[in-house]
Amino acid sequence: MKKSVFFGTLAAAGLVAGFAAAGTLDDVKARGELNCGVNTGLVGFAAPDANGNWSGFDVAICKAVAAAVLGDPTKVKYVPTSGQTRFTALASGEVDVLARNSTWTFLRDNDLKLDFVGVNYYDGQGFMVPKALGVSSAKELDGATICIQTGTTTELNLADFFKANNMSYSPIAIDSNAEGEQQYLAGACDAYTTDASGLAATRAAFANPADHIILPEIISKEPLGPAVRHGDNQWGDIVRWTLNALIAAEEYGITSANIEELSKGSANPEIDRLLGTSGDLGPMFGLDNLWAKRAILASGNYGEIFAATIGESTPIGLARGLNAQWTQGGLLYTPPFR
Amino acid sequence: MSEHRTAAYVRTEILPEMAPPVSEIGVIRWLRENLFSGPLNTLLTLAGAFVLYLLISESFPWFRNSVWFASSVGECRDIITARWGEGATGACWAIIRDRWNMFMFGFYPRELYWRPTLALGLLLFAAAPVLFSESRRIRMAVLGVMAVFLVLAFPALGVGTPATGLLLLALGAMLVLAWSRPWALLWLTGIYPGLAVWMLWGGSVWGPVLAMAGFVLGWAAFTATRSRGAIISVGAAVALALAWWFFAMGPVMQMLETYLPFAIEAVRSDKFGGFVLALTIGVAGIVLSLPMGVVLALARQSDMLLVKSLAVGFIEFIRGVPLISLLFVASLLLNYFLPPGTNFDIILRVIIMVTLFAAAYIAEVVRGGLAALPRGQYEAADSLGLDYWKAQRLIILPQALKISIPGIVSTFIGMFKDTTLVVFVGLLDPLKGITDSVRASFEWKGAYWEPYIFVGCIFFIFNFAMSRYSMYLERRLKRDHH
Repeated sequence: MKKSVFFGTLAAAGLVAGFAAAGTLDDVKARGELNCGVNTGLVGFAAPDANGNWSGFDVAICKAVAAAVLGDPTKVKYVPTSGQTRFTALASGEVDVLARNSTWTFLRDNDLKLDFVGVNYYDGQGFMVPKALGVSSAKELDGATICIQTGTTTELNLADFFKANNMSYSPIAIDSNAEGEQQYLAGACDAYTTDASGLAATRAAFANPADHIILPEIISKEPLGPAVRHGDNQWGDIVRWTLNALIAAEEYGITSANIEELSKGSANPEIDRLLGTSGDLGPMFGLDNLWAKRAILASGNYGEIFAATIGESTPIGLARGLNAQWTQGGLLYTPPFR
Repeated sequence: MSEHRTAAYVRTEILPEMAPPVSEIGVIRWLRENLFSGPLNTLLTLAGAFVLYLLISESFPWFRNSVWFASSVGECRDIITARWGEGATGACWAIIRDRWNMFMFGFYPRELYWRPTLALGLLLFAAAPVLFSESRRIRMAVLGVMAVFLVLAFPALGVGTPATGLLLLALGAMLVLAWSRPWALLWLTGIYPGLAVWMLWGGSVWGPVLAMAGFVLGWAAFTATRSRGAIISVGAAVALALAWWFFAMGPVMQMLETYLPFAIEAVRSDKFGGFVLALTIGVAGIVLSLPMGVVLALARQSDMLLVKSLAVGFIEFIRGVPLISLLFVASLLLNYFLPPGTNFDIILRVIIMVTLFAAAYIAEVVRGGLAALPRGQYEAADSLGLDYWKAQRLIILPQALKISIPGIVSTFIGMFKDTTLVVFVGLLDPLKGITDSVRASFEWKGAYWEPYIFVGCIFFIFNFAMSRYSMYLERRLKRDHH
């Protein structure tokens, strides 16, 4: 009896929360600020500098959405979320968007009632081993001890991979990336596994990067993308098309350098529609016509953001790989703006 | 009488004093008695010395090779290699130098650093009449050091000369007061909570002032109705204060803000971080949880069934759940139950939870003190004709609290360290929150031990000070030295 009352209350509260979620756009506009859930700190993706200014690949999404909706990329309140609290923070309304290198999975989409609006980084899980170990393939890791971050999809992928290849391993549970590096360098585990982007960043920061190799096998698909609450389609569309606008901008050659010129009118009608020179796209989801232009101006198009935060010219040095435009052999393919 | 005859083998004169055997003096005796007094102790000593040797030989080079001036971990490594040769490792304290502000203040606006600093400095002045009322020497030493620190810190934090001069005057006046009439500083103690909140969060002065006015109103109601008995007067005080906070305060504040606007720059809670955050939560938790804990302890001892069972239920519930789950409730679950759009400050939520948590433990510690008092003390109070509150205030609590000091301070120390758990609700505590975000910048990725050691040292300083203070307090309150 008591239990049913308790669950009834929870359900009622959930309903109220559901109604509350319906007007995220209005809430954000009324607040004058976007609450964006980010990582507490992940090299290249989200990190505050000494003055508390956040920057990074995920942070750029927050800035673009804030620019599109509020007209000012600085009107963001960054809410650092841990691996355990990120989805609850989104579901409870603590944040409006979660741009926190989170993998889009069936369970998270349906069981946790989130909506992943797209993919901003195609990642995959890899292994790093010391060169001295003499291993050149993940298939040779039978019986190895492996450092693995708890509460992530990587933990499950690792189990799947070793089971599928009929191998055994002993996991060393770690709590954060920094701890993982420390354990790995101290020799507590033979191999360190996490997303390939994380491995690259970690290896680049080692005293002797050349002593470590990242094995060629990528054992999982990790499409990382921004997520919003389930049930508020208008808000989901805004975040989705803001991300799409950044990707499309790169495809059409719109950069922060030439955007002013292009927005006066261009030969490509799709560019005109995107930048609001012609057509009426913005008002269809409650914004004005210049939303995409502002989003792109916030920190550049997708390619510019990539190059500035995690690209080959940065210390992390990630190649575009799967994250190139479809015209360049990658997976980035945005639906048309029409 | 014939002369005293003695046998030939008996000495007739005293021997000169000889030096004691080598094994019975000085270092050797000390070593023998303390370190090598038996086979087991000898073995333990040797094992201990070996472990100590291992620790020092492993860590000493790391500390000796410390680098203080560098702009990244990579530069630190280059400097260490250049200075100590290939393969040498060393501490890179440059990370602390570079991000000192973040460890201390989080993202607090740089030009306003003086505000939390002043709030911390004034804390000691406000606490002096309570904490250091008996010894002028200790009081003046503590306050003098704090005053010098503030006066030196202000220009360093970019405060102009006129303001620093004003501070100097105010501190001087307070030092004189502390010297001559320490109880006069109690007015500062009274306004300090409002002042500290205003200093930390800024905004309109009327918010803290009017919130504090609620306590004054409550007190006024209490004194006005005192003759009607304790329950009625406490009830009137609580009712009036609540009515003020919930109904009257909003409109009055709006009016005052319109006609008498007086505000300083507001700082939002998400700008708090590092030790400013830890100290804000820690100090607020300590100050609020002590009275609440005492009341809970008394309630648990009460003869009134309702009061007693409520107290027991609260204490056992709070002690039965981990602090982290309470923090999760505060940060995440609460949003489901509050009306949409409610903006309930996250630090305030955390402070409430931490306070409730600490109060439950304090209540049990104080209950231990109450139980340790001989029954005769209660009966003596009754026989003097004191009513319940007078008996508690004059006879029972002073003794019970004295007994409870070590336990209370232990709870406070534990609670202060537990403030680092707020990282799980997205606040940047110094130990993990700030450390993780500092390491997320590429320059400092790879520095692992340095931030932990640094933050640990700072926590040690605060906790050790608290611990020493509690020992001083125990000595001061010792009444059985005859």
